[in-house]
Amino acid sequence: MTNLLNTILVTILVMNLFALGTSRILAVTRVVAAQGVLLGFIPLLVHKSLVMPVLLMAAAAISIKAILIPSIIVRALRDAQIKHEVKPLIGFLPSIILGAIATAFALLFAGQLPLAGNHYDTLLVPTAIATVLVGFIQLVTRYKAISQVIGYLILENGIFIFSMLLVEAMPLIVEMGVMLDLFVGIFVTCIIINHINQAFSSMDTRELVSLKE
Amino acid sequence: MFSDLIIIAIILAAASGLPGLCLPRRTVWGQRIAAAMMSSSSILGLVGASLVLGVGQSRVLSFPWPAMGNSIIGIDGLSAFFLVPIFFMGGLGSIYGIGYWPQLRHPRTGRKLQLFWGLLTAGMMLLVISKHAIAFLLGWEVMALSAFFLVATEDHKAQCRQASWIYIIATHIGTLTLFALFVLWRWATGSYDLKPVAGDVIGIGVLNVLFFLSLIAFGLKAGVMPFHFWLPGAHASAPSHVSAMLSGIVLKMGIYGLVRFLSLLPDPPSMWGGLILLLGAISGLLGVVFAIGQHDLKRLLAYHSVENIGIILMGLGLAMLGRSAGQPEWIVLGMAGCLLHTWNHSIFKSLLFLSAGSGVHSVRTRHIDSLGGLAKTMPWTAAMFVIGAVAICGLPPLNGFVSELFVYLGLLGTMKSDGVMGSAVVIVVPVLAMIGALAVACFVKVFGAVFLGTPRTLAATCAHESPMTMRVPMIVLAASCAIIGLAPVLLIPILDNVIAGWMIEPNSSIMSIGSVAPLKMISFIWAALIIVVLLLAAVVKLRNRVVSRVGTWDCGYAYSTSRIQYTASSFAQIIVTMFRWVLRPRMHLPHIEGLFPKPAQMSSHVDDLILDRTITPASDKFAKWFGWFHRFQQGITQQYVLYILITVILMMSTMIPFREFIARLFAR
Repeated sequence: MTNLLNTILVTILVMNLFALGTSRILAVTRVVAAQGVLLGFIPLLVHKSLVMPVLLMAAAAISIKAILIPSIIVRALRDAQIKHEVKPLIGFLPSIILGAIATAFALLFAGQLPLAGNHYDTLLVPTAIATVLVGFIQLVTRYKAISQVIGYLILENGIFIFSMLLVEAMPLIVEMGVMLDLFVGIFVTCIIINHINQAFSSMDTRELVSLKE
Repeated sequence: MFSDLIIIAIILAAASGLPGLCLPRRTVWGQRIAAAMMSSSSILGLVGASLVLGVGQSRVLSFPWPAMGNSIIGIDGLSAFFLVPIFFMGGLGSIYGIGYWPQLRHPRTGRKLQLFWGLLTAGMMLLVISKHAIAFLLGWEVMALSAFFLVATEDHKAQCRQASWIYIIATHIGTLTLFALFVLWRWATGSYDLKPVAGDVIGIGVLNVLFFLSLIAFGLKAGVMPFHFWLPGAHASAPSHVSAMLSGIVLKMGIYGLVRFLSLLPDPPSMWGGLILLLGAISGLLGVVFAIGQHDLKRLLAYHSVENIGIILMGLGLAMLGRSAGQPEWIVLGMAGCLLHTWNHSIFKSLLFLSAGSGVHSVRTRHIDSLGGLAKTMPWTAAMFVIGAVAICGLPPLNGFVSELFVYLGLLGTMKSDGVMGSAVVIVVPVLAMIGALAVACFVKVFGAVFLGTPRTLAATCAHESPMTMRVPMIVLAASCAIIGLAPVLLIPILDNVIAGWMIEPNSSIMSIGSVAPLKMISFIWAALIIVVLLLAAVVKLRNRVVSRVGTWDCGYAYSTSRIQYTASSFAQIIVTMFRWVLRPRMHLPHIEGLFPKPAQMSSHVDDLILDRTITPASDKFAKWFGWFHRFQQGITQQYVLYILITVILMMSTMIPFREFIARLFAR
């Protein structure tokens, strides 16, 4: 069981790096959707017994993170007619290197944490931290609003993984609330993206500075 | 009974904007419902307040509020006295708003204005009746924030946004000072209750700090001279009935706070009264001088508010000196002047703003030199403005005269006492006289330029009289001016009641205001005067002289144009030059060269003493010093996220034992 879990987590880490390294936004969206599917399996593996809340959480994660949100993003992409992240702040290769450094840092850091006994042999904590950091990097280095949405999504994936540690302690309702927030946030952002596109005829978030007084 | 009426009135006022919010934008009913609710609130409240003032009852209601202790609100004479103008203007202003800011013409801003109008009045009512510091602050903040949204009604205009920002900064400095004041009060007295304290509870040092904090906090709201900087811009940018409310009522909440708080502090040193008197004299004189230099009708009226706040403070200062010196006559005359001028100013300044707003509404400019000749097209508005102007100048037989008379009598009465204090106070009398004279000059300028003569622009030619909904509130206000001016005797019991409640020194003998001021004689003289004037008018009418009609200011020329007449600026030129040491008028003269120069124009303006000449240069300096910080704050989201990332990584790094790692690395 632990082996299978760790395999999934390592796949997620690789996907993180892939998301940082590609310029085609559609591909990044697909990777993040695939990540969502994998995330959906994690609660099933972490839990010893399959009870109703766990199944619900898995179903919700897959349907929201893997189907609903990616389809909203793809729709926004189509409406705004964009395919590539044109000019990131840092190039794609340096981003991958930064992501790798962040992953190494996360592994190093997680080794220092006083964790509960049964969490030592899984990669849950380092993956969670690495994913959050990668989400941050994506948020900081990309200028297109849609790439930022994806960064936000990756960030939330990291938080989701972290919450797996607490899956016994944390009530389902909290997890559902987080998921709903994410959904609403991305829904609204995608609408805003359309409006930014119409108002500035560009998707560059730097243009928003001109709204200042 | 009366307290129930007042509480119902507060709830009605607070809720008055809500039905409009639920109705669609393009309907008149939301505004009509709001005006109806505000009017019924003001009628109920006025009945309640007059019961308190007439019968002299007072009552404290306690509500359970466990975190803060009980005894939240209470209504006494002073509260009721300040409630009257709030109720009065709250109802009249909302009726005026139907004509001035119709929902159909302002679908975007109308509902917002109605909502915050109700909240503003409710906030002020709560503040006036609260007997507990936290409830007071609650009312204060509701008032301050609603006033901010009201000033920012036309938030699509940059000038309006700027004025509202300056206002909210100023009001929040005041609120923070109030926090300090109440925390210190709690520390000194042991409770948040606003009850008078005995003489030996608080040391003189703490008393002085309490006094200065209250002077700053309430002075900012009242617009006392060094703290008035938010006032002209806010008053000019707001819709006119909001300006009337701000100038007439909201400023008075600062006065209320000061009057109320000073009534709680025991044994005032004579320095306090002296300082208030001095601030009053400065505000009064500089307020009217700056008013003369203005070109914007509503800015000019706003500076007159500073002037009148100065007169109110002179009365208060005299009363405080009376408390220090144990002179009941000073207290009675000073307080009567302060309180009555508060009422009077709220009436005639509202009247002036409403009638100025009526002109602005019709011509759509506030610039005095673009108006002119409005008396012919808007006779009602002109008549109302002239009544307000006579009242604000303190000329008989209107209400401004009565309250200024109290202050004069009180100030002159100090001569009767021997000692340095009396002769020092008398110096203020010529200042007050000068304020009155300059105010007359200023209103001659305004009335002459705006209402007399011939129209200066096409828009002014096309002016038309305002609708009934705007005229009725003005007529009511003008009638109140006349009633108070002609029959001040009616106010004797009210003023006696309030002043008796204000004095906390137990041994001071209570005098009646009727015994120290010749109020009955005033009524007789005015009655006689009116009869004489009416007789003269009848005689003139009977003679039936032919009135020849000629163009204004034509000076014998055959074809007079509107450019021949005096402008407001040229009329004010002499006085502006006289006071150029403080006004510093700035002229922008054209550069003229050649024998046939091109058309050129010149302009002049007077910058505000505090805002434009002190605060703005100082903040520009600060902005220059901290210019390098802009590199870190450029409004780019990515940058801010990067800061979060760096912080997180730094905090995480503190947990990693790097030294151990390096040691292990080298050990291998």
